[in-house]
Amino acid sequence: MDKKPSHARTVIAYIVLILLTFLCLFFFYILIVNATRSHPQIQKGFSFIPGHSFMKNLKSVLNDANIPVLSGIKNSLIVSSLSAVLATYFSALTAYGLYAYDFKLKKPAFVFIMLILVMPTQVSAMGFINLITKMGMLNTLYPLFLPSIAAPAVFYFMYSYMQSSLPLELVEAARIDGSSEFHTFNRVVIPIMKPALAVQAIFAFVSSWNNYFIPALVISDNSKKTLPILIAALRSADFLKFDMGKVYMLITIAIVPIIIVYIALSKYIVAGVALGGVKE
Amino acid sequence: MKKIKGNEVSYAKYGYLFIAPFFIAFLIFQFIPLIQTIYYSFFEYYRSGLKIIGPNPVGFKNYAALFEADFGKYAGNTIIMWILGFIPQILISLLLAAWFTDIRLRIKGKQFFKVVIYMPNLIMASAFAMLFFALFSDNGPVNSTLISMGIIAKPFRFLSSVWGTRGLVGLMNFLMWFGNTTILLMAAVMGINPSLFEAAELDGCSPRQTFFRVTLPMIRPILIYVLITSMIGGLQMFDVPQILTNGKGTPDRTSMTLIMYLNNHLFSKNYGMAGAVSVILFIIAAVLCLAVYFTLNADDDSKRIKKRDRFKPRKEAVNG
Repeated sequence: MDKKPSHARTVIAYIVLILLTFLCLFFFYILIVNATRSHPQIQKGFSFIPGHSFMKNLKSVLNDANIPVLSGIKNSLIVSSLSAVLATYFSALTAYGLYAYDFKLKKPAFVFIMLILVMPTQVSAMGFINLITKMGMLNTLYPLFLPSIAAPAVFYFMYSYMQSSLPLELVEAARIDGSSEFHTFNRVVIPIMKPALAVQAIFAFVSSWNNYFIPALVISDNSKKTLPILIAALRSADFLKFDMGKVYMLITIAIVPIIIVYIALSKYIVAGVALGGVKE
Repeated sequence: MKKIKGNEVSYAKYGYLFIAPFFIAFLIFQFIPLIQTIYYSFFEYYRSGLKIIGPNPVGFKNYAALFEADFGKYAGNTIIMWILGFIPQILISLLLAAWFTDIRLRIKGKQFFKVVIYMPNLIMASAFAMLFFALFSDNGPVNSTLISMGIIAKPFRFLSSVWGTRGLVGLMNFLMWFGNTTILLMAAVMGINPSLFEAAELDGCSPRQTFFRVTLPMIRPILIYVLITSMIGGLQMFDVPQILTNGKGTPDRTSMTLIMYLNNHLFSKNYGMAGAVSVILFIIAAVLCLAVYFTLNADDDSKRIKKRDRFKPRKEAVNG
């Protein structure tokens, strides 16, 4: 009696899961297939079989002077890597400062960061653009990664991780051995924090890689554009003139590196999502 | 004794030193800009051709202009598109979290499903929107497939239809976020004391009863957290409708969100109006931030010990 309804539920559960899996993978599969097909083939409709125009589409994307893809990849890589390094290192440093030391403003500082934990950066975009214009940083890559030094959500993750995995006795021991405070942080705390740093570095990299709102307002030079701005440029160009193979190829270039990294590190990333909770 | 005390005092300066970069960066890149934003929201300050008009103080005129214009309409659009994504997202996520954690179901390949459903969250939203635009355009592959299958006679113009466009935005938001929510809810369900489920089973609860009487009440704090953070995400909705409609919020600005409206003012360098939009967004966001603060704090106070337990097994999972 008990087994039969359970069996039916299992079947339903698998059907729903397979449908959702299909929904999640279908669009990306079609994207990659279409990136290998020629324009007339794509216009005919869906196909699950890849075509032979991969190299041709790749070349036509790379040769388009209006969409500087190579410099776009380079700019995106620079901005995202620096964002990831700054966000993780300084969040860990801030978390350590509040976790390991006692000082008068400790509690207010902590409460303040928790209050701005999920504050959208868009609300201060107007002043941000105004300020970086005055600082001469408009149309440079600096405003895209320097603000990552203050990343409240990454801080919260680091702080929680320290609470669970960084015994203060270790810090004391290092102190007795004559290690300076800064040296202790770099040589004792950072190695212990490695799993947390790795997970948050991936998230910070990805969110910077995908970021569109602020970069679109900051960058206007073609040579400094990041990939999302190039995608937007493609969208606002006269669409009907385009070779669709090229369009799908550009989207593939923007998306596929992240998918490959994700598949390689999925175990850590999924565990990190469950652990963190807070994400931008 | 005195010496130790002296030492402790000298350590305090490291606390300030270590948190200084964060607060300096925050001050420069967020706090000062926010103050400026609020300040200029009370000024007439825009560019007309090559000429800069203002800044001239105008009091609340920008705010009045905002409410006379279509601010309400864009707020409504944002809420509608958020709901279209959020309702399926929370329902499917609850269902999946219940199934994945149900011992009686013994679903195989959990890790595979988790990896697949989380993937869309990491996809560049603007590229994803561009992909949907290409697939669902008037003579795109979706329409040609539907026609060749004989389901429709002539192309359905998704992006010229109000609910077609809103529906696509909702679908994309759903696809991008249901995996993330599922994983969060699963973590919450797994944090429930297993003896509660055992007791429910011994008392003869059906899976449905267990879900509504045990699981749902126990994960209420996380559900509230998911709801509020999703609202903040909805408030920031930009990339998907912006790219899908080329920043125009077509048809007839029925898919124009609040941030798209802000973006338009920023691009046309109307800093006064952009400031006024920002201030209203800031007030809404501040209320939601307070709500997040209190849910996390309530969680911390009542479950501090539990939380420590929560982190340990996961840390092992991270280490492999």
